[in-house]
Amino acid sequence: MTQRLFLPVIAVAMLLFAGAPVLIAWAPYESTMGLVQKIFYFHVPSWVMMFLSAFVCGVGSAIYLFKGRAAADRVAVAAAELAVVFGLIGLVTGPLWARKAWGVWWQWDARLTMALVLWMIFVAYLLLREYGGPGSEKLAAGVALFGMANVPFVYWSVNVWRTIHPTTNVVPTLVPGMRGALWWSLVAFLLLFTAAMMARVRLEGQRAALDQVYRDLDD
Amino acid sequence: MSVSSATIGQAPSVDFDRLVFDDVSRYFGRRRALAHVSFESGAGEIVGLLGPNGAGKSTALALAATTLQASSGQVCYGSRSAAQLGSALRGRIGVLAHELQLYPELTARENLEFFGALYGLDRAAERSADALARAGLDARADDPVGGFSRGMRQRVALERALLHDPTLLLLDEPFTGLDEASAEALIERLRSLKAAGRIVLLTTHDFENAEAVVDRVVLLKAGRVAAMDSSTGSLRDRYRHAMRVEAVPGGTA
Amino acid sequence: MTRFARVAWLVMRKDLTVEARSRELLLTTLFFAVSTVLVFAFGFVRDGRAVEDAAAGILWIAIAFAGTLALGRTFERERYHDVLHALLLAPVDRPAIYVGKLLGIVALMTTVELVVVPLVALLFQAGLFRYPLHVAALLGLGTTGFAAVGTLFAAMLVRARSRDVLLPVLLYPVTIPVIIAGVRGTAALLQPEADLAMAGAWIGMLVFFDVVFITLSLWTFEPVMTE
Repeated sequence: MTQRLFLPVIAVAMLLFAGAPVLIAWAPYESTMGLVQKIFYFHVPSWVMMFLSAFVCGVGSAIYLFKGRAAADRVAVAAAELAVVFGLIGLVTGPLWARKAWGVWWQWDARLTMALVLWMIFVAYLLLREYGGPGSEKLAAGVALFGMANVPFVYWSVNVWRTIHPTTNVVPTLVPGMRGALWWSLVAFLLLFTAAMMARVRLEGQRAALDQVYRDLDD
Repeated sequence: MSVSSATIGQAPSVDFDRLVFDDVSRYFGRRRALAHVSFESGAGEIVGLLGPNGAGKSTALALAATTLQASSGQVCYGSRSAAQLGSALRGRIGVLAHELQLYPELTARENLEFFGALYGLDRAAERSADALARAGLDARADDPVGGFSRGMRQRVALERALLHDPTLLLLDEPFTGLDEASAEALIERLRSLKAAGRIVLLTTHDFENAEAVVDRVVLLKAGRVAAMDSSTGSLRDRYRHAMRVEAVPGGTA
Repeated sequence: MTRFARVAWLVMRKDLTVEARSRELLLTTLFFAVSTVLVFAFGFVRDGRAVEDAAAGILWIAIAFAGTLALGRTFERERYHDVLHALLLAPVDRPAIYVGKLLGIVALMTTVELVVVPLVALLFQAGLFRYPLHVAALLGLGTTGFAAVGTLFAAMLVRARSRDVLLPVLLYPVTIPVIIAGVRGTAALLQPEADLAMAGAWIGMLVFFDVVFITLSLWTFEPVMTE
């Protein structure tokens, strides 16, 4: 089922990505920021995808931890890897924009800090799985669950701590040309996320199946 | 002997009269620790698990102790599984692990009293004192365990495992570090447990002592049952023979 | 006393007895905390005076670092001779063991703080005793929150490889709200014009954090401890 869906999803994602530069080029030129503003079409979707991945990982981990379903763990690890990848895109594109907008590469602003902390939690999750030895999947699931529960606390605390990031309500006030390009990019990223998840979960599934084959061979 | 007269602290509903391994396998990733192991061990029976290092003896004990879960197959206590029996089952199991599971900073008495209280035993202090007397450690009862020799610690650990008068006793290499007199005492102890209708499962490399006390042996090799018998003859010879031939698929005897 | 509370009490008393006998954790952790304060003092003292808010930051960094060390060591004791398995084998509610370990750690960290807080106040001319109740609330709640997450992580890492380095790697990102709350709350009290409303807001957040994470730990302790 997912196998048959994979090709169309990746194809549409690729088409959208191919079309994105055109749309982004057409989008109105932002007067104060100039060209750098266009990073925004890449930057915002990648953070949205990181939060989505983090959410999927947290839910998958909770199911694995309390119900013991191995399939949920495979979804969780795939999502954790994507959270780290999308987060990395966000962490690279953000400073490029910030250098122009704020005059510095990094600002200890609320949203930046929060994204960095969340990203660190998923890096820690992967480190634990990699170096924790056998049985660390379960421990990592606990970490993911705690990471999820932590989001509102980090959000609140860094917000009180400081805020200079352009707020989310920037989206409705965008001129129509910009809004269209942003939504286009968001859909493209979402499909990319879906395709990557499908491929990665399938790979983990195959790995588990291979382990099973080895065990059966052993019998 | 106080074993049979000691009060049983747990509800009788948890009790069981045999331990059953039903086609049990345990894997760590791809590595096989135990594959399709089936055997039974009844009340009043002492079963020895023998086999070379890495044969899966400790894994089998951990599975019986509920500290590990089987990848497939079932470990049953009577007719029920650990999941069905819940946490009260753990109160019916006594474990003497290879690592002795004692706090070196605490005295022998404190170690016993701590675990006695944790198991919810009434008269924990009294029972601990009796246990120390049985272990011949009255004189050292209030010394920290860290200063004890391996053999002495082994005796304390055995008393700790038996303090709550468990139905199922699991012993990992109980003869390690014991001098001849202590080994004799342990054999006596095991015999009295057998007489009291306890289920005893032990692993060992010590053929002489095993021969003196074990009713039946299960020979493990690379995670499988290589042989299972209760026949007479030198245990060492049978072991050598079993280790040379191929493992029996399914492990039925 | 319920059975749950009794088990937690037994485990905590056992930890404190062991510690009273060896004093290893208390002395090493305490000295480590003092060393941390000293090291950071070299970083943040200019012209004989600490830079703004440095005292609050240094205090909480020292607590977090020393706490991590204590958490690792206290579970090393359970790992040594495999006693943790014996605890898990006892027919008790396993979360009670978690609570006992948590209480032991909080007691230890509180003892360390009794020395470190006056030391920071003295070395950085910080008015930590101007609002003793607020400072105590921040320290108590912050320590509990940090230890609540730390006790669960340290307990589950007992059977992991590279546990020494993985503990801080996992613990710090998750406890960042505690550190921010502790530092900002304390800094608000140390200003020339203390901002009690702000300190109160941070104390409130810490209460929420503690409730959520202790609940979550009690929930997850059993599944993460079974193999």
